[in-house]
Amino acid sequence: MKYYTTIINEKGNIAVDDTILVKDVDATAGSYMLEGFKPLFSAEAVTRLENSGYTLSGKATVGEFGLDLVGEFSHYGEEAKELFGASAALVAKGEVEGALGVDVNGSPRRAAALAGVDFLKPTYGTVSRYGIISTAASGEQLGVYAKDAEGVAKLMTVIAGHDSKDGTSLSAEKYEYSVNEDIKGKKVCIIKQLLDKADDGVKTAVNAYAEKLKANGVTVEEVSEDIFDGANVAWQILMSAESCNNISRYDGVKYGHRSENYRNIDELYVNSRTEGFNFLTKAVILYGSDVLSKNRYKTCYDKSLKVRRLVKNKLDELMSKYDAILTPACSKTAYESYGIDGAFQKVYEESVFTAVPNLIGIPALVSGGVQLMGDHFSESLLLSMAHSAEKEGK
Amino acid sequence: MNYEIVIGLETHVELNTKSKIFCSCGGHSEAKEPNDCVCPACSGMPGMLPVMNKRVVELAVTAGLMLNCEISRYTTFDKKNYYYPDLPCAYQITQLNHPICTNGVVQVKTSAGTRDIRIKQIHMEEDAGKLVHSGRFSYVDFNRTSVPLIEIVTQPDFRSAEEVVVYLTKLKSMFRSGGISECEEGAMRCDVNISVRPQGSEEFGVRTEIKNMASFEAIEKAINYESQRHMDALEYETEELVQETRRFDDASGKTFAMRNKETEADYRYFPDANLMPIIIDDEWLEQIKANKPVAIDDKAVEYREAGISEKEIDMLLSDFKLGKLLDDIVALGCNAKDGATWILTDYAGVLRKDGKTVEEHNIAPEKLAAIIKMVASGEINRGAGKKILIAVVESEVDPVAYCNEQGFNKKFDASTVEKVIDEVINSNAQAVASFKSGKEKAFQALFGACMKELKGSGEPALIKSLLEEKLK
Repeated sequence: MKYYTTIINEKGNIAVDDTILVKDVDATAGSYMLEGFKPLFSAEAVTRLENSGYTLSGKATVGEFGLDLVGEFSHYGEEAKELFGASAALVAKGEVEGALGVDVNGSPRRAAALAGVDFLKPTYGTVSRYGIISTAASGEQLGVYAKDAEGVAKLMTVIAGHDSKDGTSLSAEKYEYSVNEDIKGKKVCIIKQLLDKADDGVKTAVNAYAEKLKANGVTVEEVSEDIFDGANVAWQILMSAESCNNISRYDGVKYGHRSENYRNIDELYVNSRTEGFNFLTKAVILYGSDVLSKNRYKTCYDKSLKVRRLVKNKLDELMSKYDAILTPACSKTAYESYGIDGAFQKVYEESVFTAVPNLIGIPALVSGGVQLMGDHFSESLLLSMAHSAEKEGK
Repeated sequence: MNYEIVIGLETHVELNTKSKIFCSCGGHSEAKEPNDCVCPACSGMPGMLPVMNKRVVELAVTAGLMLNCEISRYTTFDKKNYYYPDLPCAYQITQLNHPICTNGVVQVKTSAGTRDIRIKQIHMEEDAGKLVHSGRFSYVDFNRTSVPLIEIVTQPDFRSAEEVVVYLTKLKSMFRSGGISECEEGAMRCDVNISVRPQGSEEFGVRTEIKNMASFEAIEKAINYESQRHMDALEYETEELVQETRRFDDASGKTFAMRNKETEADYRYFPDANLMPIIIDDEWLEQIKANKPVAIDDKAVEYREAGISEKEIDMLLSDFKLGKLLDDIVALGCNAKDGATWILTDYAGVLRKDGKTVEEHNIAPEKLAAIIKMVASGEINRGAGKKILIAVVESEVDPVAYCNEQGFNKKFDASTVEKVIDEVINSNAQAVASFKSGKEKAFQALFGACMKELKGSGEPALIKSLLEEKLK
């Protein structure tokens, strides 16, 4: 597998997903439509890491615009389809201490689960989105991969905090992340409906994880909650619509691939985009255009905004009874290759495990192959639970 | 049959801010080269995020207050999707669902009387860039991209081109006086929605929209042409009217249908998640209100109370710079009614002689005030004041120094004046004789000769009475 689209420093200790900008280093977001784009600025998170003494190893291969399952459908990584994402693999192999990834559709979480490393998608607004190649602004967050919860907490403390260059950035100057919060007596629920969607291997892993938490004094209960399917549909609609809009600027005029075959501006747009994007991106664009069209806006897009509020209320209710939610991060313990033609459907099916944190901005931590979700700003609690479980495993 | 013209207006006004709406690029109007005033954010580069310019909100609210609008306390931005090379992100950030101002009203006074024009809404948005076509290629200039605009949308309340022009003149004057916009050439652009219906009918006729006109003259011509086209179609069935977008061609004075695709476009508006909703709380609103300049209609009342004539009020309010000049000289201690006459009669006259329009003036208010005050205090006479004014306009002299230099304010006691008059009578025997034989004109010649001897600084009334006495 080709891990890097561009290597920056072979001795570097942080990999950066290619959806995140590093000044003067090609940023492709895995797309032919951005080939040759050299950003003039680094992402805020990158700048903060560099200012704290970290060095960048390179730009890790991602699936086109990070919209696929684990980063497999990249214009630059297609020669070797290894079974999990590049950044997660680099962390798992110990080649880097950590990595930055953009979580818009759960792919970093899924990749981390398959590779056996940790990834935290933090609370929306805690990490600046300045300098990430945006797809779905209302739910995407920059997060951190590391080999364990302690590693995640350390990097998160460096990158999180207010940034005036991002209008959605929250006002707190700094956040401290810890793995040492007291978890004894905390309550965790397992969502029955999500567990049922996973195969036996995953079920075993979730139950084993529950046992580790219990050994640390955490109560774990199974509950029934059926909002996740609806939440997934809502997020796919919002995510596709926003992505379609943000990807519109890659039109063959300013960046990347431009078709040689055109007679007027409309043909330039259509032919460049037809040739340049992969099938999954095109599916997202078409789906996103459709749900924003006059005929469907009310029943699809607007409805999804209402569902988002409903899901928020349901989760608030759940979080008033539990401190965290334990779920699978994907349906299988090993990634299965599938054809690009089925990618859109597959992404939709798998996203049921990951969509809620993107939809309503809550944090989600993947660790030990499973996922913990919590209320806004509960990162340290999730990290502390993962830290205890990680110690159990050793 | 008699027809009634129904017009609604969408007016785009470029706001007078130091920087663009979502980034810190400034000074696009002074940019010399294409793409001089561009950054990664306003050129839509990946990874860049819009950050709201608060000043835009304040100016939009000020405009809303001037147009008697309701100010939204919660306002949001939406994205409007369309592809065009001058639009770097392939979407424009604008407001659809929660515009900043709604439900205003503005009065227009025309020969047909005074009528209310309802304002439907005012929303904030970003401008697009422009294309420069040359040979086989087209070039993109992003200097204007993301320059802040407000769009003022009226209800279909206009009934004539005259009303439209009066409304636009009023907007222009208001926005310039309020520091909202310079309203320079191209900084105020209009889309005109027009339909025609039989007089007395309640139903609207088929509506066409004429896009993107910048001059009032063109707007007036376009409305006249288009309404006539509609009336002909209804009266003589010359053609079937269809709802469409048209453009006005200045050279031929006609409107032409743009390609039909334009009207059917689905812009797929949706909320912009990069910009948080803006909350305008009481404190902020009060602060904006406190800084708001006096509304134009209030200004009219103020002028009326100062005794300025209706005709002069209209002139002062239709050109913000004239109104401001008056306000400035009043602040410097001049009488308002007197000042208005000086500006609109004397000063305007001097400019006209120079082949300039009043809009081109640039006199320092301090200089004009100094002249008016010298006249008002009786230090010099009005004629001398006017001479000083000419010198100030032509060579920017200091009025007081010029006055001293010319001796306009030299005081003559009665005996000196008498002496001068005696001399004039003695040396103009012929004129004296013809006056005595009943030729009134001769008196003027003698009077003029006295004034000349006194270098224009004598008190005309005194000279006149003394001269009359001596000639008896």
